[in-house]
Amino acid sequence: MATPIEGVAAMNNPDEIVKEFLVESYENLDRLDRDLVALEKNPSDRDILASVFRTIHTIKGTSGFLALHKLGAVAHVGESLLGRLRDGQLTLDREITSALLAMVDAVRQILASIEASGGEGDRDDSQLISRLTRLQAIAEAPSETEVAASPEGTPPEAAARFSIGDILIDRAGVAPAEIQLAAQKQREGNQRPMGEILVEHGVVRPHDVLDALRVQQTARTQTASDSTIRLEVGLLDQLMNQVGELVLARNQILQFANSTEETMLVAASQRLNLITTELQAAVMKTRMQPIGNIWNKFPRTVRDLALNCGKQVRVEMEGAETELDKTLIEAIKDPLTHLVRNSVDHGIESPEVRKAAGKDPEGLLALRAFHEGGQVNIEISDDGAGLDHNRIRDKAVQKGLISADQASRLNDREIVNLVFLPGFSTAEKITNVSGRGVGMDVVKTHIEKIGGTVELQSKLGQGVMVRMKIPLTLAIIPALIVTSAGELYAVPQVSLLELLRLEAEEAGKRIELVHGAPVYRLRGRLLPLVYLNQELKLTSEKSKEDDAVNIVVLQADERQFGLIVDEINDTEEIVVKPLRKQLKTVKTFAGSSIMGDGKVALILDVLGLAQRASVVTEMHDRSMAGKVTDALLTGSEKQTFLLFAGPGDSRMAIPLSTLARLEEFPVEQVEVSGSQWVTQYRGQILPLIRLDVALEERRARLRALRVPPVPGSGPIQVLVLNHKGRSFGLVVDRILDIVEDRADVRLAATRPAVLYSVVIGDRVTELLDIPAILRGADLCPTPATSAMNTAEAVN
Amino acid sequence: MAHTSQFCTFYLDRLLFGVELKGVQEVIRTLEMTKVPLAPSVVSGLINLRGQIVTAVDLRQRLELEPRPVGMLAMNVVVRSDDGAVSLLVDEIGDVVEVEEDTFEPPPETIRRTVRTMILGVHKLNDRLMHVLDIDKACEMTDLAEAAVGDR
Repeated sequence: MATPIEGVAAMNNPDEIVKEFLVESYENLDRLDRDLVALEKNPSDRDILASVFRTIHTIKGTSGFLALHKLGAVAHVGESLLGRLRDGQLTLDREITSALLAMVDAVRQILASIEASGGEGDRDDSQLISRLTRLQAIAEAPSETEVAASPEGTPPEAAARFSIGDILIDRAGVAPAEIQLAAQKQREGNQRPMGEILVEHGVVRPHDVLDALRVQQTARTQTASDSTIRLEVGLLDQLMNQVGELVLARNQILQFANSTEETMLVAASQRLNLITTELQAAVMKTRMQPIGNIWNKFPRTVRDLALNCGKQVRVEMEGAETELDKTLIEAIKDPLTHLVRNSVDHGIESPEVRKAAGKDPEGLLALRAFHEGGQVNIEISDDGAGLDHNRIRDKAVQKGLISADQASRLNDREIVNLVFLPGFSTAEKITNVSGRGVGMDVVKTHIEKIGGTVELQSKLGQGVMVRMKIPLTLAIIPALIVTSAGELYAVPQVSLLELLRLEAEEAGKRIELVHGAPVYRLRGRLLPLVYLNQELKLTSEKSKEDDAVNIVVLQADERQFGLIVDEINDTEEIVVKPLRKQLKTVKTFAGSSIMGDGKVALILDVLGLAQRASVVTEMHDRSMAGKVTDALLTGSEKQTFLLFAGPGDSRMAIPLSTLARLEEFPVEQVEVSGSQWVTQYRGQILPLIRLDVALEERRARLRALRVPPVPGSGPIQVLVLNHKGRSFGLVVDRILDIVEDRADVRLAATRPAVLYSVVIGDRVTELLDIPAILRGADLCPTPATSAMNTAEAVN
Repeated sequence: MAHTSQFCTFYLDRLLFGVELKGVQEVIRTLEMTKVPLAPSVVSGLINLRGQIVTAVDLRQRLELEPRPVGMLAMNVVVRSDDGAVSLLVDEIGDVVEVEEDTFEPPPETIRRTVRTMILGVHKLNDRLMHVLDIDKACEMTDLAEAAVGDR
């Protein structure tokens, strides 16, 4: 409600009045849509009818004041028709509802025209006016007590929005004529209130009047204009920024206060602390809006659509008061509308089909919203035909979205979610609803863009439910604050799975290497580890050796990985600020935020980070390869393995069955033949393959081969192996152990000459691929053939 | 009466530069900066400008000048670019000068090509030349950013 001064200012500026009228009317019209649809279902609801009447009446009154004649004319016939409905001379039916909705549309169009061009535009509403008049005339004949809604203008009582007379007509069943009579007496000089006059006339009981007065009171306080004001969203944003600054200043004062003895200052700063926190919460709340604001449009949408398709649909809503950030409300509007249209157009069957299927001819579209775990869940469900799995699968294959082979392996859930693939649409005919190029994939992209998820559940013949999970707000997200190399980084809580802390002595053992790639065994599965310092090319002052290791387990695109950070600080609600274009190309960060001490912290983009660290793509390949090796090596019986240390202290193994003997040669006994190390062994020449060379990539291998043995170094450890009748020696760093294990936890290899990584004796171990090593060794001229017989000699 | 315009001037490696005063939001002393790992090297970091997070661009680097001597604190010239406020790090702030249009000349052909797009030209002042910086071009660095990302 405007203060008196503003009111005067508004009077002086006609534009202001028109603007206010437009904004208010738009809101009222949206409510009219909803009310009229509700009224059609329940024509005897006098409360709604009265509210509809008042809305149109206000528009009519204001249009007269602003000299908007076309608007006035349309609203006038509408009001007259509504007056008859209110007085019970007419009953609302589908035809009247449609006409009234058409009137609402006309009013809306005129308003839009006023907003755009300042004038009502060049339009002709005579058809609509005659349609409304004709409907009114039907009731003309039996009507005798036509008082309250005379076409020549409403009596003054009706002009007062919450006149006691109206309320008594609505609630206590007083005849309008009695009210007229009482009003007449008032005009003639009777100073007493309307209620008293009516009681005196004996047409109502005193307690009815008291009730009516109470209703009048609440109606007045509930009027939007009395308890709300309109604000530019920009102002709220500004307010939010300033509150952010205040929070920072508060933090500084708190820090200062804590370091002094001044009790006054301490007390004052604590009060400041409290007030700031409350203020912050309140300002954040200003941006929240109930989801009902967008749902309100749906009953009308559904009614029109259902009428169009010859269907009967009932809309049920639950949780319309659930609040979301304004920007999110805007963002989900189109996807929601699309889903609602989809349900009516494609989901719910025609009444005949429904009856044949033993269902209520009237279909149900249910909208449900509720908070859960810091997110808003929105469900749109219908009790229609549901999705035909076979048809979806065939369609996806036919459109080349998936292969027939892939299709045959999909489970039900995966099949229904195919509809989210780009280029998918099962609508057999293009109606005026579908076929606009907006598919479920667009819905999904829209929702994912705001950090939400969509999933679809369907039961053939029973309906479809689409569930969205939307963050409460984009502006503020819960995040885990971590430190790396002295800087703070924020990890969005949505990606966070768990936190692990390994004490220093434990860390050395528990973090294992798969060819230099660190992994951790998390409940029996290998979790790839990513060092944040390394990925961001930071230099940490911390020595890794003597400190505990903090692992943040994250989820990125179906994959998990552990992010190793220097310190885990705390979880905080942070205000997200986007990065400017100068930094848009840095995919590892999703934004920035200001911390309590005023410093700027970067928000990690978990997916971007995972891609950078190759967790996502590589893991994908690995899981494919993993399947293959699994297939090859099912039936995990216990095997005996020889464990030894490979280059870089990695732990490697071969099945004991392939080992002939363990030998130790002084380095002086090693000779070089070509580029091949050899040694004389039991009267034969035994080719020696250096494990470190065999594990290199091809090009590096050739280079490494030329390195001669270093004289004076200690004896070399050699595993003498047999493979297909050939013997050769594998030079390893150190022999570790012989163990028996099932070795059924596997991960595909990451380098040549390794079959796969397995868990042996509770540690990750690489299993060597002996044929591959031999193939690799054949690259160079080797005297291996002369050693053919060594095998026999060894055995 | 010739058309005049006002420039906010600053120094970079002893060269005088100017940006149109109307494009300048404010000039502030050194603020605490958060480094952005993996960012293009011309981005010095992010600063908290009263609740607004602003990218700081090292103008010396951007204009391919010598790096700022160690220990020399940069000043922030906060300008309004196409994409919100950006802070340009400069050595020292000069006066606001008013120049007439006819003292302007486009940059010579011999100027380094990579820098050319950012320098609209020079105003011939009495005692020296003032380089006119194109704020949007100087703040735009998609080309550089891509190069930086490609390095991995």
